[in-house]
Amino acid sequence: MSVLQALDIGLAFLIVAVAAWTIFARGAFAATVGYVVYGLLLSLVWIRLFAVDVALTEAAIGSGVTGILLIGAAARLRGGETAGDEKSLSGAARLLTAGLCILVALALAGVVLLLPDQGPSLAPQSMQNLAETGLGNPVTAVLIAYRSFDTMLEKVVLVLAVVGVWSLAADRYWGGAPGEARAERPEPTLAFLAQVLAPIGILVGVHIFWVGADEPGGAFQGGAILAAMWMIVMMARLTEAPQTNAFWLRLTLVAGPVVFLTAGVAGAIFAGGFFAYPPGFAKPIILFIETFMVLSIAVTLPMLVAGPPRREPRQ
Amino acid sequence: MTSATLAGLVGAALVGLGLYGLVANPQPLRKILAFNLMGSGVFLVFGIVARKAAAAGLQADPVPQAMVITGIVVAFAASALAVALVLRLFEDAGQVTLNPEARTKLPDDGADAG
Repeated sequence: MSVLQALDIGLAFLIVAVAAWTIFARGAFAATVGYVVYGLLLSLVWIRLFAVDVALTEAAIGSGVTGILLIGAAARLRGGETAGDEKSLSGAARLLTAGLCILVALALAGVVLLLPDQGPSLAPQSMQNLAETGLGNPVTAVLIAYRSFDTMLEKVVLVLAVVGVWSLAADRYWGGAPGEARAERPEPTLAFLAQVLAPIGILVGVHIFWVGADEPGGAFQGGAILAAMWMIVMMARLTEAPQTNAFWLRLTLVAGPVVFLTAGVAGAIFAGGFFAYPPGFAKPIILFIETFMVLSIAVTLPMLVAGPPRREPRQ
Repeated sequence: MTSATLAGLVGAALVGLGLYGLVANPQPLRKILAFNLMGSGVFLVFGIVARKAAAAGLQADPVPQAMVITGIVVAFAASALAVALVLRLFEDAGQVTLNPEARTKLPDDGADAG
């Protein structure tokens, strides 16, 4: 058994153990902290599957941003989740559930073991047309060129989620700012961290977006890192969340999908197909779309984490 | 056993664990967490499909990878909406439970606690 194999097996056991912790831990807060660890370990598995783009996304969004969201919620719910009022499953029902879940897992495991070693693949087609897009990273090509409609709709889903979250605000807070007000005397440790980390993080985020054309990275991953930097600055309370009725905020939220859709429609008129890019201009157009997508993602994720407005709007 | 198969088995175990948490944990926040766990298990199983379709000089098929990236982002958006709903329920009812027979406290009702 080679060292890598041993590491793989160790990693597999560790992940299943941490996952079990997030399910069986007593406190919700402890479970959510476990979930962040779990996400980071999972991104290592994605690297072992040679899917570095997915690993970056899992670490940034699956573990990082989702982790902040869940930890924040668990902290606010502390004491609110009264166990006494919950109808827990009886022992027999619990056993039955466990048995059925094990059955589902075993069936999936069987499918995994029966998979052929060389399955059907779209990799040759992806590489064949890669030169036309001017990109070097086939995953980015799938996201922004081959299956661009999916990606555009996904941006729409993000905007809809923001609309959904904002709609949960009480009537008098509509248009106000979510989160806490700027602190007069911010927590020194947090403020220091935010001041040191944010400039570096912004550089890293822009870099990951920019190299995404040719190397692992891209709009999602870069945008998520930029979003994280903004969230750190807000959490340190060096700045406060913007009012949700701010025009620039709403414009930035929809800029990504709107530019994407406009490019798609322009393709129908000038390049002979919805979301077709004219030959020779594909890469500049793709980078143009991605720039606005990064901006939208960097604003959407913190707004989703910040939740509905909780303060009355200033005039 | 290759590392891809091993990752697939981990994915299967995660789906089982997540499903159990979703059914057996009564608290809504824990259900959201379990749902995310189940989702990442599904992504992982899909990921080994990508890995086993390595061809044309690539180590993994890029199409499933792109779909998983999209999936992770959409799963986050859904979780954010779910968490916002739970927090709103907490603000209005003073507690979070899916039990319809639970005694609902009024927000400013501290009298009957003591």
